[in-house]
Amino acid sequence: MKLEELRQIRERASKELSLRKGNARIKVVIGMGTSGIAAGARDVMAAFLDEISVRNLTDVVVTQTGERGLASSEPVVDVLITGEPKVSYGQMTADKARRVVVEHLVNGNAVTDFVIEVRG
Amino acid sequence: MNRRLDVLVCSGAACVSSHSAEVKSALACEIDARGLSDEIRLVETGCMGPCELGPVLLIYPGGTFYVRVSPNDVAEIVEEHFLKGRPVRRLLWETPEARRIAEEKKQVPFFEKQQKIVLANCGEIDPENIEEFIATGGYEALGRALTEKSPEELIETLVASGLRGRGGAGFPTGLKWRFVARESGKTKVVVCNADEGDPGAFMDRSLLEGDPHSVIEGMTIAAYAVGANHGYVYVRAEYPLAIRRLKTAIEQARNAGLLGLNILETGFAFDLEVRIGAGAFVCGEETALIASIEGERGMPRTRPPYPSTSGVFGHPTLINNAETWGNIRHIVLHGAQWFAAIGTPQSPGTKVFALSGKVVNTGLVEVPMGTTLREVIFDIGGGIPNGKAFKAVQTGGPSGGCIPAEYLDTPIDYESLKKLGAIMGSGGIIVMDEDNCMVNIAKYFLDFTCDESCGKCVPCRAGTRQMLDLLEKITDGKGETADIDRLRSLGMMVASTSLCGLGQSAPNPVLSTLKYFGHEYQAHIHEHRCEAKVCPSMIRFEINPAACRACDKCRTVCPVTAITGKPGTPPYQLDAQTCIRCGRCAEVCPFDAIAINSGDLN
Repeated sequence: MKLEELRQIRERASKELSLRKGNARIKVVIGMGTSGIAAGARDVMAAFLDEISVRNLTDVVVTQTGERGLASSEPVVDVLITGEPKVSYGQMTADKARRVVVEHLVNGNAVTDFVIEVRG
Repeated sequence: MNRRLDVLVCSGAACVSSHSAEVKSALACEIDARGLSDEIRLVETGCMGPCELGPVLLIYPGGTFYVRVSPNDVAEIVEEHFLKGRPVRRLLWETPEARRIAEEKKQVPFFEKQQKIVLANCGEIDPENIEEFIATGGYEALGRALTEKSPEELIETLVASGLRGRGGAGFPTGLKWRFVARESGKTKVVVCNADEGDPGAFMDRSLLEGDPHSVIEGMTIAAYAVGANHGYVYVRAEYPLAIRRLKTAIEQARNAGLLGLNILETGFAFDLEVRIGAGAFVCGEETALIASIEGERGMPRTRPPYPSTSGVFGHPTLINNAETWGNIRHIVLHGAQWFAAIGTPQSPGTKVFALSGKVVNTGLVEVPMGTTLREVIFDIGGGIPNGKAFKAVQTGGPSGGCIPAEYLDTPIDYESLKKLGAIMGSGGIIVMDEDNCMVNIAKYFLDFTCDESCGKCVPCRAGTRQMLDLLEKITDGKGETADIDRLRSLGMMVASTSLCGLGQSAPNPVLSTLKYFGHEYQAHIHEHRCEAKVCPSMIRFEINPAACRACDKCRTVCPVTAITGKPGTPPYQLDAQTCIRCGRCAEVCPFDAIAINSGDLN
């Protein structure tokens, strides 16, 4: 192995460790309380994880939270981007999740059709 | 699918003893059963530090820190936290003084004041996966050293960094490298001393268990700098997990071309062998360790010649402690200036300490040199448990000294500790409270060194025995005034006439307790009083007739029927002649009616 190859391994392997570094620019928080899960939050999360992986976004973490109280809007997803207000989306589906990744996470434009709240 | 959670299970030896492996397999089953295997990865890491609280789990992102996790908690953690995102609060780390819930690892005071350089990867990466080490910048320092730097430049960097040996004596590491580099011999050897023998010390073990590649990388860089092609890691047999992980790491490094005949395709050759020691304390002394590597009995040799001239099989040998090796790659990567700016001018860098004894958070800590003993014991260590008063702190293991409360603000560095009659040693810190008898402590440590003396030098072999006899005489209540002078002069003789560090430092616990806790020796000799109520010959159990309620509990537990009485008719009687001072009665008494007293009756 040459030094260049070592550096390539590092490039690849450090992505594997990105979860353990607290420097993600974007945080996607999925409401995974009982009603969220019942309304399909797991599919939404799977779609987020998949789309983020396909687009090779490294500064995004996907995490989950509990019940927010707004059961009728579940699944609820918050998108937190450093330096921007928190955007909450309601009644999410896997397809909507993929649109949020493309339009909001990549291009920086919130998908206004699904937004239920903007705060901060 | 992308992973969303990394679950780090501490697999240091302490957590393994508290059954972290069962927690891990339970987690694996539960995660699998819920079909989450693609999203959640389980990683076994090295020691995270707070061993007292094991088994511990660290979950990313977020850094949630769970303590004392049992396999029964696993279903709840997976259901509530991994699935629904609600941390299981009852398992989060609570600090006793504030009772506040610290949800994130960085909020746990134990970690706040620490600066992790050597231990940065311990508890953060999988020690059995070379790619995780590489991901954190591993082997980059070696790559740069081999391709961009000359051996002389590397040695200059080390000298300028001011790094000193972390094994105890504090000799400048760069100078050692220079001595070996200047030797003309064709064959040179590099050795890692991981024969950690101090009771209560586990710095080297944790490093080898948690980040073995950092030691390998440091040794390989040094081998290039001094012109060596062969190395040994000397580890004691009591560290099976460290040995296993080290061997795995060596194998992985070989397969990746980071050890062997053509490292990183630069033509440089270096390989490592693991030598397992049988656990003799004296083998931590470098010349005894070298003798042991050669297959001889572990006994120190006279110096000079120093190992740098004639070490393993007569070859010039560079020998450093495991923690010292762990510093090398960081110094090469970040430069001498960066390192010299950490800690104090005379003792730059950080030091890893094994914190144990009467302290709330026992475990492994890494702090910049110059941090005070008070900060380590009270801020990081969380102070003394059960509201007891601090009495002394022992640094440097059985060869160290006991430091009393008035010196708690002493900065930890080689010179300051030496001035107090203690030593840095390899980094053991044992905290003692009001329930520790200092004479008994001195006896305990001397018993250890007396037992571990290799027997080569008469002053050490016979002198420590004589000192131990005197200490036993004092704790048995038969001491005389003259015994204090005898102890002191024997101690000074043993220290000044022994060949190696073992004998030279063995009297330290006695001499330092005589200096700072002389009044306890006096009380033992003149009043037969043991302040801490530890020495059995000087304590007696007495029933307070006013408090006794004749519940009969004490009588039933007494193993020698020293207690008599009838249930319901207080007070009970305790026969001091028959009593063996086991203390069971005082433990079970619900009314605190049994007092422990010490000192002559008058």
